Order: sequence, then C-alpha cells, then structure tokens
Amino acid sequence: MTARVGGIGLAVAPVALAVSVAALLLLSAGANPLEAFRLLWTGSLGSTGKIPNTLITWVPVTLAAAGLVVTFAAGLWNIGIEGQIVAGAIAATWVAREIPGPGWAVIPLVLVVGAIGGLVWALLVGVLKVYGKVNEIFGGLGLGFVASGLAVYLVIGPWKRAGVASTSGTDLFRRDLWLPEVGRYSWVALALAVTAVVAVYFLMRGTSFGLRLKAVGRNRHSAHLLGVPTGRTMLAAFAVCGALAGLGGAIQVVGFHHKLVPAVSGGYGFLGILVVLLAGFRAAWIAPIALFFMAMAVGSVQLSLRLGLDSAIGGVLQGIIVLFALLGGGFQARHMHRKLRIAPVSLVEE
Amino acid sequence: MAELASIIAAASPLIYAVVGETITEKAGVINLSLDGSIMLSAMTGFAASFITGSVWLGFGAAVVVSALIAALVAFASIELRLNQIAVGFVLFLLAARLSSFLGNPYVGQQAAHVSPMPIPGLSSIPFFGKVLFSHNLSVYGSYLALIGSYLFLYRTRRGLELQGVGERPEAAFARGLPVNRLRYLYTVIGGSLVGVAGAAFSLDVKLGWRDGLTTNFGWISLAIVIFGGWNPMRAALGCYLFGALQLTALKLQPVFPALSQILPVMPFVLMILALLLVYMDAFRHLADRRPGLRRLLGGEPPSAIGTAFRRE
Repeated sequence: MTARVGGIGLAVAPVALAVSVAALLLLSAGANPLEAFRLLWTGSLGSTGKIPNTLITWVPVTLAAAGLVVTFAAGLWNIGIEGQIVAGAIAATWVAREIPGPGWAVIPLVLVVGAIGGLVWALLVGVLKVYGKVNEIFGGLGLGFVASGLAVYLVIGPWKRAGVASTSGTDLFRRDLWLPEVGRYSWVALALAVTAVVAVYFLMRGTSFGLRLKAVGRNRHSAHLLGVPTGRTMLAAFAVCGALAGLGGAIQVVGFHHKLVPAVSGGYGFLGILVVLLAGFRAAWIAPIALFFMAMAVGSVQLSLRLGLDSAIGGVLQGIIVLFALLGGGFQARHMHRKLRIAPVSLVEE
Repeated sequence: MAELASIIAAASPLIYAVVGETITEKAGVINLSLDGSIMLSAMTGFAASFITGSVWLGFGAAVVVSALIAALVAFASIELRLNQIAVGFVLFLLAARLSSFLGNPYVGQQAAHVSPMPIPGLSSIPFFGKVLFSHNLSVYGSYLALIGSYLFLYRTRRGLELQGVGERPEAAFARGLPVNRLRYLYTVIGGSLVGVAGAAFSLDVKLGWRDGLTTNFGWISLAIVIFGGWNPMRAALGCYLFGALQLTALKLQPVFPALSQILPVMPFVLMILALLLVYMDAFRHLADRRPGLRRLLGGEPPSAIGTAFRRE
C-alpha cells in the first residue's frame, strides 16, 4: 500500500524507523547494532554458503504469500493458512510413506497430493464461511489447530519412529524421495515458487477470475447484484490459496525435513501474511519482500551463535517494519483523505 | 474435588483474558493481538517481579504493556481507520517475538510469585471451600472480574452504553455518547485485563518464564469469547470446560499418549460447531420462537464489531 500511495519515500521510511528501533533494542541487549546487522547479512545472503539455507525457507513463505494475494483480493483473511501448510505436509507424508515406486514417479505425486491436502483444508474453511456463515478467521484458526493436533498425533502415534514415540518427527523418507538438489539448491522447489508468483501475478492482472475476485473483495453485495457468483468465487480463492500453501508444506517435507515434524509449518504461513501486508497485496512485490524477510530470519541465527542474542530478533525486525508500514500508510491516507486498499473486516455475516 | 480445584485455578488467567476481550469486543473493537499480548505481558510481569521482588509490580508492569498494545489497536482503528484485524495480527506476531527476544535472560529464573491465601471461614465450607476458596488472590480476582463485568455489562447504565457503542454507534452518538472516546477506554480496560492474564500465567499458574510459555492461550481466549456468545458468564463456562479438557488430556497422557494430543484441540472444534449452530437458518427459526434456546446456545456478535465509527 505504501509504494502506490506515497512513493519510494514512504516505502523506505518504515524500514529506516524499524532499523532505528531495532538498533536501540540491540543496544539495550548489550550488542553492537552495526556488528549485528553485518552478521544478519553475512549469515543469510552475504555468503555463498548461507544462500541455499535462505532460499529453502523462502520457498514456502513465497508460496503462502502468493496464495494469500488471491484470498486477500477476495476480502478474505485466510489466517488458517498455517493449517493448510500442515495439511499439505501430512498428505505429502502419507504418499511418501505408502506409495511404492521410483522417486521420479512418486515425488511429483507427493507434491500434487500435498497441494490437494492444503486445498481440501482451505475449502473446509471456505465451506464453513460460505454455507455455514462461520467467519474465516475463526474457522481457519480452529482447523489450523486441528491440523497441527493431527500432525502431532500422527508423529507420536500411527507414524511413530520404529520403537520410539518422540515429537522429533517420523522416520526419514527413503533417499530417492528427497527433492533432488544440484549444488545444495533445490531447483524444483525454487522453480515452483517462482512459477506460483508469476501465475498469481497474471491471474490478478489479466483474467476475468481475477476481476471477479476483486469485485467480491471490494463490495460483495454489489458484486452479487452484478451477477458475480460470490460464494463460488470465495471458494475458488480458498482453493487456490490452500493448494499453494499445501504445496509449500509438501516441499518442506520432501525438500527440507525429509520427514514429518509436528511444527512443519514453521510459522511460514503467518510470515506470508506479513509479507503480503507489506507488499500492499500485490503479487509483484512478494518475492523480494519474502527474500528480505527470510534473510533476516536465517541471518538472526548467527546473532544467537555469535552474540548470544535470542534469534527472535529477526522476527522482531519483521514485525516492526510491517507495523510502521501499516501505520505510515494510515497516516498518509488520512492526510490525503483516501481509503486504504484493504477490504474492511466483517465479523458480522450478512 | 482436588481436580475441580485445579481446574478453577488453571482457568483463572483465561478468565481474565476472556473477560477483557469480551469488554473490548462489546464496545465494537476487536483486539486480535491477544496471543502476543498475553505472552509479552507474561514475560514482562515475570521480569518485573524478578527485578523488583514484588509480585504487585509484576502484575502492574504486565498491565501497562498489554494496555499499551490495546491502545495502539484503538489508535490505529479510530484515528487512522486501519483494519483492526491487520493491526492486531501484526501486533500479535511482534509482541510474541519481542517476548522471546527480551525474555531470553529470564528463562529458568525464579521470581516472587503469588502466594496461597485460603479465605478464612469460607475455605472450611465442605466441598465448595476446597474448590473455590482455597486458592490465591489471582484466582479470587478472576471471580471478581467475572462477576463484576457481568453486573457492569447488564445491570448498569454505563454497561448498556458500552453495548450501545458496539451495537449501534450512530444511535449511541445521537444520544450524546462520545463513541470513539468510549471505545478507547474499553479497549484499554480490556487490554489491561489481558495483561493481568499474562501475569497470572507467569507468576501463578505456570510459575516462571520460558519461550512460548503461553502459546495459543490468546487464540483459545478469542475462541472462547465467541463460544461464550459475548457473555462473560457463558465464556467463563467455556474457560472451565477448556480447563477440564486440559486436565483430562494430562491424565490420559501416560495411558494414550497420542490421543491426549487430540483433546487440547477440541475447544476449537466445539467453537466451530457452536458458530455453525448459531448461524444455521434452522436454528435461527427455532431460536426466534424460543428465545431461551438462543440465550443458552449462542449469541450474536456486536453488530458494529471491527468497524470504524466516523461522524458524518
């Protein structure tokens, strides 16, 4: 929202403010801010050894954010996206454990079924919303907790490691089901994330489905009067978002953990929401912002290793930046008497 | 009996949070930052108690932190007309991460905590004395918050005004009520109670601070507010029900380790079912004929919840 309303100055101001606040926080924790920022950089994108680590976390966040652009366009708060990532991971794990066959045949199936898992979980939220009038925030959160409960249950129950039940995860998948890597980069995962962003970009720009989404998001009642099938459009938005989130979950499972772990979503869905809020709901900005965020997240590991700080500093930085961007956008909009490009929340269903 | 007493004690922080959020939402504002607010105030309360040695200062610091977050939600919504969900969500993540970052030095430390204080006389009543009156000030305070908020909302003029601000802000304004000022007030009061909830976790129920100490309790509180149909008494029932489920899960842990993972998510399933039921057309028709049924099973959200009020 910042870039369009206020230009480059307003986009940089929140970052500058956030960096100052973060510097104060670091000083209060007894660390040298400059040294800390240098470590953030060298611990993520600033050294060739760390770039693959950053990119493998960039993939699920970017996929989630791409999906969220679609649901936000329809005026929907898909906070249940964490659950959709988990559902995708569970579905993917099921295929990896149960379906025999060579890796080149099973891996695509793992990814497709993972996407379907996320899609089904998101559609549940959508059906509750459209037909049951259950607000998507609470339906989504509820189903999210159910999905993570299910993941823990599977990991220490039916899918427990041979002999021991532990929350550290299932057995590792057999080696030929790991996503292939070339030079430590998982090209398949990266290609899928980039494809998703490009697809969502064109979906929102050049298709009638994208237009319908926006119509529903701006004014559901008018859209309905103009003949847009609002219920089906919202369900479709959930389906697209859920499929991308589920794909992210599947990639986490076969490309990173190589097993199912209870905390498989890793907060990436919530991070995706932050990314989309900062991107002003535009697909074109997702990839760079997600990269910036994940650099902070991965780089802050170095802060805890070298400076003994808590690695949550990366998350604090992300939060402060988005908060200041939102507030800055609000000030700007008030100044210009313009409404922000964000659908009003309605907990009251018509 | 001991089980009932421990359910009452374990649910006391949730009562504070749920009552606080109910008041906020009744005034038409939704503070979605709860999960982060509780966490940051739990950490702050513990740190303040650790540094000063005073439990009271611990609770005070927790209240200040959470009230500030609530004030920010109100400011962004009322002055900047920003989306309350967006601001609340960002504040949730920010506060939760801040609690990890700032709370790091306090992990595993011991601080002054709430001391037991059975009420003389009342605690010797058979059964009820043990269940209700053999706790500490934090638990007794939760009874006060509960009963006080109920009486305030439904039995006082100010309480009715509060509901008016959340239901029909235009009408309330026409009656001469300062809608936005009241929304600030009740959002901050609600946020303060959420802060008490945080301190009640770290200084009483969970004794101590570790990363993620109160994870998900904020979301659970938000769910219980809805499950309770925006009525503090019914919400309290939800809190005790949740406490009972948690205790059952704990007891079943050694017998069915996997199953005990499923029980804690039951409140969310119940919440979804409750919402589904309340909004179902069939139930609506039935409830129109039998108002008692609606009072028992579900309530409507305040009509103007989540919307900004501007004098035209």
